[in-house]
Amino acid sequence: MTFADFIVTNAPALVVAIPLFAAFTIPAIGKISAAARNLWVMGAMLLTAAVAFILAFRVFSTGTVIYVFGAAATHLAVPLDSGGIPIRIIFTVDAMSAFMDIICAIVGTAVLLYSLSSESKNTSLEGYYALFLLMIAGVFGMVSTGDFFNFFVFLEILSLASAGLIAYRIDGGLAVEAALKYFILSTLGAIFVLFAIGIYYGQYDALNIAMIAQRMQFTMLDKIALVLLVAALAMKCGAVPLHFWTPDAYSMAPSSVTAFLVVASQASLYGLFRVVFTMYNITMNCVTVGWIIIMFGVLSMVVGVTMAIPQKDIKRLMAYHAVSQTGYMLLGVGVGLAVLGNAALTSAFGFTAMEGGIFHIFNHAMYKGLLFLTAGAIIYRIGTRDLNKMGGLGHSMKYTMIFFIIGALAIAGIPPFNGFASKLMIYESVYLFNPLLAIIAMVVSILTLASFVKVFHSVFMGPKLPEYADVKEAPLPMLIGMGILAAIVILFGLFPQPVVDMLVAPAAHALADQGGYIASVLGGA
Amino acid sequence: MDLITPLLTGYGIWAPVAWLVAFVAAVIIVYLLWKTGESSYKKGTELERPYLSGNVEPEKGAVHIRASNLYWGFLQALKGYYDVLVPVHTGVLTDYMIWFVAVTAAILVFVGVLS
Amino acid sequence: MLWNLPFITVVVLTFIGIVTVLMKRNLIKILLGINILESAVNLFLVSLGYREGGVAPIFTLAPSELMVLPTPQALTLTSIVIGVATSALVLSFAMVLKKKYGTVDINEIRRLKE
Repeated sequence: MTFADFIVTNAPALVVAIPLFAAFTIPAIGKISAAARNLWVMGAMLLTAAVAFILAFRVFSTGTVIYVFGAAATHLAVPLDSGGIPIRIIFTVDAMSAFMDIICAIVGTAVLLYSLSSESKNTSLEGYYALFLLMIAGVFGMVSTGDFFNFFVFLEILSLASAGLIAYRIDGGLAVEAALKYFILSTLGAIFVLFAIGIYYGQYDALNIAMIAQRMQFTMLDKIALVLLVAALAMKCGAVPLHFWTPDAYSMAPSSVTAFLVVASQASLYGLFRVVFTMYNITMNCVTVGWIIIMFGVLSMVVGVTMAIPQKDIKRLMAYHAVSQTGYMLLGVGVGLAVLGNAALTSAFGFTAMEGGIFHIFNHAMYKGLLFLTAGAIIYRIGTRDLNKMGGLGHSMKYTMIFFIIGALAIAGIPPFNGFASKLMIYESVYLFNPLLAIIAMVVSILTLASFVKVFHSVFMGPKLPEYADVKEAPLPMLIGMGILAAIVILFGLFPQPVVDMLVAPAAHALADQGGYIASVLGGA
Repeated sequence: MDLITPLLTGYGIWAPVAWLVAFVAAVIIVYLLWKTGESSYKKGTELERPYLSGNVEPEKGAVHIRASNLYWGFLQALKGYYDVLVPVHTGVLTDYMIWFVAVTAAILVFVGVLS
Repeated sequence: MLWNLPFITVVVLTFIGIVTVLMKRNLIKILLGINILESAVNLFLVSLGYREGGVAPIFTLAPSELMVLPTPQALTLTSIVIGVATSALVLSFAMVLKKKYGTVDINEIRRLKE
């Protein structure tokens, strides 16, 4: 077959294989020169992003893509002599997985371009880039896989690589402390996930998500497995009251790593939705579990933003906002889950709520990544993270200021940026479900704007301070990386309906459609 | 052109391109008003320095209000809430894990009893 | 009752592991608690595959047709390897923290708070 056919057919595997291969060969390439290593890393990331876009295009135009590892042809999920059981590891890329793949590709490219210049003055960068590419491979694997134990393996790859990256600049021990807290909590969560996998295997003799979904009867053991999974995955995405690792880890990591940790948290959020919507769907009591997710969401929104206002460290403040925005996604999709059993309410506002939550995942990755990259540019030029010491940077760092304004207005939900589009969908559909939740969401939005006005004033406004007299603008690769994300923030804000029609609505419908997922893997059985 | 269709939120519509047109129109009006102002001043003279009713201008670092002093009123008003919330973030790893296991147990009770 | 013994052991080990992780103050002891939890989960996975009177799942020269399930053994191997990597990483964190902070007491490692 031709080269193009090879790439299109094997796209789900290539999207994980290319970063893995590139990660393991970086130490060898790094011996040649630093420029060769940078070229290798950027080439691998651009190639992976291209393959991810090809895969997403294929999924959005022709439907769910199955990729079976080790079979004679990649679509033969159920061998003829197995009695209807898919026995190999299968990557099931449906519209929601393709959506997350696109997010990871865009943010990964922007962040690697940024880190080429933000880390250029540091040493031992072979390990840094190898771990980064491993993290990217982990996220791609987590969102593309259709096998639950494979999901656990990629979750652990992601946790290990992220913990190593958070602790990378030891920072007098502070970064190691943050990575320790993140990693031990992640390990506890992963052990809970493995218990749940054991429960599913023992009951249904299946590890494939579609197989478990088909055989699911909501027994007492399944309830325990559901609770373990919801708690562990909610902890991994930073929902209150399991969010305590988030400010430490996000503030101590290098800025490009932080921007990608946001995507990693959202991959765990994807895992939570996959468990709740595709494996359980209406066999469980949707209202109870939906309200649990809504409660996580509301607590995250309120506690996140109120803890952000008194912060003095710029990245810690932005990390608390990441917690708060995760609350919006949990609220939107939780409302969609709570009305899943009721077809009339689902078509009235359930799908809109889910689309709002899923659209918010995309928008959040873009503007939060942009904000963390601007914070990184400021820290790169100034050398301190303390808001009390900064001031008057608007005179010298004009482009950074413009990107910061775009990011801050987007996160606060001010038109015409993309944050407003997804928040409007969440407000209007959640209001029809329960007016109090929508009012809480709007008040949290106002407080978000308040705390970013605080950051903007204390960093950029004011007279030019004498100690920062010779601060220059951020280097060009950083500006290009920020520019990619800012352009998407503006574009998706000005043209939201085509995005919702082409990307978000298919993802929401694919998530809620358990029968379609099972049929695409097991062949309509 | 279906690129500029408004966003359907199920309850109403949001048309960002219309907002942008209105914003650009407002910016044009503001610019025209600004252009009718006084455009001549001498750079680098008394006209440019900040005027504080004849007082001596403090040094630049003291003029800029720092981040900890902003929103003092808000933080004082919600002092009861913050006195409960901030000490919960102790920084001790075992406290975080106790929260994790306790929340898992709470959800177990919820899901087990109510469904 | 006897064939439930592995599962009872799993519950006891899990309980010991969680109590160790939550109550101990030394970072190395917390890591050992995590290792106990990992052992509990591995035991759980392996004992799920057991079939009464089954032999090892190798087809060549097999004494009988009844075999224990091989899939949980593969899952357990993966989990053991992940446990090794976890322990190695946490131990290296403990080494760096001892050098920089001077202590491995988890109540003292709290410079990042609120």
